[in-house]
Amino acid sequence: MKTMENIASHRQQSVRRYHQARWDEPVIFELSQPGERGILVPEVEPAIAQAGQPLAGLPASMLRQHPPALPEMSQNRVLRHYLRLSQETLGADLNVDVGQGTCTMKYNPKINDQLARQPGMSELHPRQPDSTVQGILEVIGKLEGVMREVSGMDAVSLQPRGGSQAIFANISMVRAWHESRGEAGQRDEIITTIFSHPSDAACAKLVGYKVITIYPDADGYPDLAALKAAVSPRTAALVITNPEDTGIFNSRIREFVDAVHAVGGLCVYDQANANGLLGIARAREAGFDLCHFNLHKTFATPHACGGPAVGAVCCTAQLAPFLPGPLLREQHGRYQLVKGGEQSIGKISSFAGAAPIMLRAYAWIMNLGGEGLRTVSEIAVLNNNYMMHELLKIDGMAAPYAPGKRRIEQVRYSWSALTEATGVTSEEIGLRAADFGVHYWTSHHPYLVPEPATIEPTESYSRADLDEFIGVMRHIAGEARSNPDVVKTAPHNCPTHRVQGDVLDDPERWAITWRAYQRKLGERGLA
Amino acid sequence: MATHPYIPNSVPAVRDAMLREVGATSTEEFFADIPAALRMQSPLDLPAPHLSEARLKRHVDGLLRKNQHCGVHLSFLGGGCYQHHVPAVCDEINGRSEFATAYAGEPYDDHGRFQALFEYCSMMGALLEMDVVNVPVYDGMQAAATTVRMASRHTGRRRVLVAGNINPDKLSVMRNYGRADLDFVIAPFDAATGLLDQTALASLLDQETAALYVDVPSFLGTIDDGAALAAAAHAVGALFVVGVDPLSLGVLATPASYGADIVCGDIQPLGMHMNYGGGQGGFIASHDDPAIVMQYPSRLFGIAPTSVPGEYGFGDVAYSRTSFDKRENGNEFVGTAAALWGITAGVFLALMGPQGMGELATGIAQRTAYAKQRLARIPGLRIAHGGSCHFREFAVNFDGTGLPVAAINAALLKQGVFGGHDLSADFPALGQSALYAFSEVHTQEDIDLLCATIEKAIQQ
Repeated sequence: MKTMENIASHRQQSVRRYHQARWDEPVIFELSQPGERGILVPEVEPAIAQAGQPLAGLPASMLRQHPPALPEMSQNRVLRHYLRLSQETLGADLNVDVGQGTCTMKYNPKINDQLARQPGMSELHPRQPDSTVQGILEVIGKLEGVMREVSGMDAVSLQPRGGSQAIFANISMVRAWHESRGEAGQRDEIITTIFSHPSDAACAKLVGYKVITIYPDADGYPDLAALKAAVSPRTAALVITNPEDTGIFNSRIREFVDAVHAVGGLCVYDQANANGLLGIARAREAGFDLCHFNLHKTFATPHACGGPAVGAVCCTAQLAPFLPGPLLREQHGRYQLVKGGEQSIGKISSFAGAAPIMLRAYAWIMNLGGEGLRTVSEIAVLNNNYMMHELLKIDGMAAPYAPGKRRIEQVRYSWSALTEATGVTSEEIGLRAADFGVHYWTSHHPYLVPEPATIEPTESYSRADLDEFIGVMRHIAGEARSNPDVVKTAPHNCPTHRVQGDVLDDPERWAITWRAYQRKLGERGLA
Repeated sequence: MATHPYIPNSVPAVRDAMLREVGATSTEEFFADIPAALRMQSPLDLPAPHLSEARLKRHVDGLLRKNQHCGVHLSFLGGGCYQHHVPAVCDEINGRSEFATAYAGEPYDDHGRFQALFEYCSMMGALLEMDVVNVPVYDGMQAAATTVRMASRHTGRRRVLVAGNINPDKLSVMRNYGRADLDFVIAPFDAATGLLDQTALASLLDQETAALYVDVPSFLGTIDDGAALAAAAHAVGALFVVGVDPLSLGVLATPASYGADIVCGDIQPLGMHMNYGGGQGGFIASHDDPAIVMQYPSRLFGIAPTSVPGEYGFGDVAYSRTSFDKRENGNEFVGTAAALWGITAGVFLALMGPQGMGELATGIAQRTAYAKQRLARIPGLRIAHGGSCHFREFAVNFDGTGLPVAAINAALLKQGVFGGHDLSADFPALGQSALYAFSEVHTQEDIDLLCATIEKAIQQ
């Protein structure tokens, strides 16, 4: 009998022998072959062609003189180029995407994409009569209902096309509310926290407010004493996340809200990521006036390289008159879009927002139901506490603040002990992680937690998936001590290597398009 | 609940083992820090779920069947969202799992995402004849709102003169977005031509003006003389900002060629299905003037060498501009917007190439002209700005029929036709007028059918 090999017995247990696709693909302009066509467009019929020179009445300067310098490629060559680029992209479907904390990289069910790509969704024009779009309006109406129930709020707009635009809408409503009471001039400050999303602070500034930023106290909670010192008759609103990026639930949140309400300010809850709290706790019970959810985070729509997306704005009845229009009304099962009210902040984006994203979120919710949403949160939180328990066994990794406390949906870790011992930074660990097929992110700036990593496992990953990610972290921490160079020169197994980043900050050499690159090379005689 | 296919660790034995591992008896312990008064006292009150994929699909299909869509009906709706043929390769690429589910990877593990977006920006740059194009923002309205803020920061001035013939919804977005820092003034347009009133414009431009903002073509499909407007804006030191339909640039001059400093618009026509308005994506473009580049709030991707000779790398240009880096001290804000539509628009431009873009835009201009002639012949109908040139869309006035647009459109709908967008609420001076849009999807037969159906509706 010939020997038979047990292949599995030779498989390395700790990390995967991974290499990402590396196609060394040219920039698309280099693939151009004059005369090739990617697609043909319909010809006009003779009667239309004979309708005259349609633009002859324009000044010559309004007509294009030279065809655009686009690549010329046959169809399969375009397809192949982009398929190769897709293979050089590590989507969430392919990796245990728990390393992009705060962003809730959960499974985006394929059925929802399939449903949204049907002509009954994709071929709807947003200006069609309401009577011809009752199906999508019903989806939007029912999704608004879900958002009301999940937040406890009274009114909803799904018009914002992203979380940051939802924050902007909410803060615009804050301004409109104070204007309606004649207090806009007096109230010129918004308070937020350093662990809240950068857009919370940025949008407050954009709407015209001075931004006051609260830092954490020694236990990692937003500093209540600092808040109490900051509130005044100038306070327009508090914009805050809970739990913050640390994953520690701020149990005194009601005191924050009460302190702001006591001086006449409003409270805005950034719930972009609410993945640990579905059916557990709501904005309403904590006393908030406004909140928002990112459908592309908590409600499982794909992140799509960064949109399209939806930020669902929710508010109490007293803020509802300020919502952006159009608003959806339902009567006897018939749906109608109506203009925003007289006090509305106006339009936030085109039409009624990104409807196919709403359809996907609706389908996800309707597949899970109320009990299922609660299970989502319970398992997401279990997974997070399991990961923290295991990751903290790695020498050099810590979870600053509130020792011994459980966390909600994510944890901001710190590698500072490892960095001090080895010189290897969190950013370098992230680049090395890519060599094993997992993505990893540090945190938003500023790095208040030194050498940060933010890990959020969501409900989507199995215990074995989580163990694999933990194994990668353990392996890299070991490398940092035994062979730091392999970490510091990573990535090795990606489509490309370390980028010369200084070029990107130098106006003389940065090139934001191919034509700018060619021009700058030409100016140096290098083209 | 039972084990759910999307939640692997909902398997009771696995869940219990993990609980034991972390020393907890139930998941309830993880929520111990949430005060009782903040806890939901009753389960979420949501509709009963459709747990199986089969029943879920049946449920959603049932809802979508209540819609009537433009794949079946003949549509002449436009006004910011346009029906075009979407090349199959566009859908193939934006449906790729890697692109659909990627997010914020590094330039290494997401090299393909960075390259695809750099190429999108580069092809837009070729179409626009500009050196700088951003990673997409939410839509063309957001792009317009940002461009005038960029102009204000660049010039240190507050006043923004906006063409009165732009989309009223866009103006609403711009006003709300700029409210804290900008003063908006509206430049009137001539009722007979649909074009900006140059005399009024000259009197409204002053040394306090940061930008003149104009859409070419306008919301009403008319085409202003860009060079004259650029000269007027530049004479007072204002930036000339043009919102453009990118598809028109197969035949119309680039705003850069007639003096625009910043150009913006919506990429929906470049390979995105209409999606009930969910296919919108905004672009902003400019010359490579560092003082302007530093005003962008959006991501800008650049090309750079790597440590391996001959290898292309990509990354963020001047990241310190952004709120990601500087919170409230960055420009405006940046976040998830419409990147996948940017990649798709890149695919569209690569498929079309220079010849396709030229033929597509020329064909649309021809169909527009043909439709104008045909509709003008119907008794009672008048082309609102009939003496002007139009691209893609124009306003048709029905006052001579004695019927409101609503009645005409109701009659068309009965015949399976979506008539033009009713302008009577937003542009009362135009009387009973509707905005009709045409594209390569329309055949001569479609346009003739529209005319016959309108004639029938009037006669009844």
